Amino acid sequence: MKIWHFSETAYPFLPDPGGYESVRVDLPNRYYDPEKGAALFDRFIEEWRIAEAEGLEIMLNEHHQTPTCVDPAGPLLLTALARVTKTARLLILGNPVANRRQPVRVAEEMAFADILSHGRIEIGFVRGVPYEISPANSNPVYTNERQWEAIDLILKALTSHDGPFSHEGRFFHARRVNIWPRPYQQPHPPIWVSTTSGDGAARVGARGYIQATFLTGYGATRPVFEGYRRGWREAGRGQDVPIDRLAYAAFAFCSPDEARAREGAEKLLWHIAINKIPAHYQNPPGYNTVEASARGVKRGLGRFPKAPTVDAAVEQGIMFAGTPAQVLEQFDKFYDAVGGFGHLLVAGQSGFLSHEDTVHGIRTMAREVYPRLKERYPGTAISGQFREAVAAQ
Amino acid sequence: MGALRRDTTKLGDVELELFEGGSGPSLLFLHGGGGPVAGAPFMDRLAAKFHVIAPSHPGFGGSNLPLWIDSIDDFAHIYLELIRLLDLKNLLLVGHSIGGWTAAEMATKTTDRIDRIVLAAPVGIKIGPVDRLDIPDIFAMPDAEVDRLRYAEPDKWRPDPTKLTDADLLTAARNRQTLALVTWEPYMHNPKLKHRLYRIDRPTLVLRGAKDGLVSHDYAAAYAGLISGARLETIPDIGHVPHIEHAERFVEVVERFAGGPR
Repeated sequence: MKIWHFSETAYPFLPDPGGYESVRVDLPNRYYDPEKGAALFDRFIEEWRIAEAEGLEIMLNEHHQTPTCVDPAGPLLLTALARVTKTARLLILGNPVANRRQPVRVAEEMAFADILSHGRIEIGFVRGVPYEISPANSNPVYTNERQWEAIDLILKALTSHDGPFSHEGRFFHARRVNIWPRPYQQPHPPIWVSTTSGDGAARVGARGYIQATFLTGYGATRPVFEGYRRGWREAGRGQDVPIDRLAYAAFAFCSPDEARAREGAEKLLWHIAINKIPAHYQNPPGYNTVEASARGVKRGLGRFPKAPTVDAAVEQGIMFAGTPAQVLEQFDKFYDAVGGFGHLLVAGQSGFLSHEDTVHGIRTMAREVYPRLKERYPGTAISGQFREAVAAQ
Repeated sequence: MGALRRDTTKLGDVELELFEGGSGPSLLFLHGGGGPVAGAPFMDRLAAKFHVIAPSHPGFGGSNLPLWIDSIDDFAHIYLELIRLLDLKNLLLVGHSIGGWTAAEMATKTTDRIDRIVLAAPVGIKIGPVDRLDIPDIFAMPDAEVDRLRYAEPDKWRPDPTKLTDADLLTAARNRQTLALVTWEPYMHNPKLKHRLYRIDRPTLVLRGAKDGLVSHDYAAAYAGLISGARLETIPDIGHVPHIEHAERFVEVVERFAGGPR
């Protein structure tokens, strides 16, 4: 079991949500104070370094035209972290490849970051969230197809070492691909892909990449993991899916002081509370299936489960919060419900959670929770062995 | 479906749904981004005067969408093949909105089988400044706002989703998806088209509803100005969808143009 400290590098000093229609895409950047923003990044990078010192791994992401994540160029932050850390694995989750015009450039960036980090990069790919279709001017139709053509081209670029090859696909063209540098890790850094559907996960499983899913909770996580395990087995990778192939991202805040834990956890929910996005940005035509869009017309589309309280968020499985004992109990329950996974991506900073509290949460998680999770869920554990099934045998 | 009957035809790997009926001179009607309108009252009126052929664009209605198709220009090639296959001659080509764009693309390639052209609220060109969209971004506003720009009387024409069947909702979602596919970038235009419009050598009428919030007067006038001898006619008190908002007036204008001087 590995725990990754994930900060979404939010800029929290926003006007009242009543004063804007959408926190994404359209919110004027006059609300961003560059001095405050720069100071926040000093702080977030320091928090990642503390996480590393505490033995956690590091995860970052990228988003566009939003104060919820003011890192519009993940590879740049990745290389900055590569130079101020020494030992932690560095996961970028991920490169929104359906919105990237040049997959070969992504391969170059990842290989270069791997060199600068001396082989500590883990490469994540995402399709890109629907509300970034418009900022990227990216066609909302065929995003899955573009994502997979891009991933395959990037992997080929990372692993081809005998001079140029060409690519003339449905969506991308490159006439002489021959990246310098090649990656530090051979044959290539670990690959992660995030999906939210079972069929998408089956595709990831067939390739054996690491499958991540974000805030999908009790309801939607198990079908994703089941899809992965099915894809893995059908591709002939064997019956057993190691837990280190599956990852889950949730909010988490832990403190020996229960009141402090609850207060910190509430602050993490800022991310959901301010995530005001109108339907036309949540559901650009073609991003979701025709069936989902048709249903959405009737009842409105919601991308994330809404979680107004800490209790509700814990109950939904999108948050682990409380004392170390409480967090362990919540984690065990969730782990069993979804069939097991080997990476916990901890969204441990958000909104107005202070530096002091963030560090307290990181340290408590690293010192009080992480050792027990490693004991209970060693890297040799197998995913998909449900308790009831094991008991029946 | 009124006066028209449904048929399908195969053009390469495109399986095209089309509605056909009426008698008189041939009229090919190319629908707008809202989707096929073969069942609308104006079609019956048209079929009383013309032999009407109204295909559903690939990815709209009952037509399939092969993976290679992603532009209005693709539609134009398919319809040029369709009119050859059906051996239509002296055709009255009528297109609305993206259907107008499609008609313009067709006519810039060849007008051999085309006699006259009606472009109703056509999109497809870029004439305004680089820092302003010529056509408002319909994908970046609530549906109600799109309807407000589309119709002179939005309350009268806005569909009520609770009254649509599941099949209707699916078709509407698929139509919208294909609309995005073919209009996303460059948004609602082909940068080449305005440089090709001079090739159109048939009488052309550009029609616009005076209250159209999507296609401005200046835009429609510029469109007509790029086609030799083309005329702009404005219909008062209606918006972007003249054939739906005022079927009688629309058909009357088309009929008058069809029988008018060359």
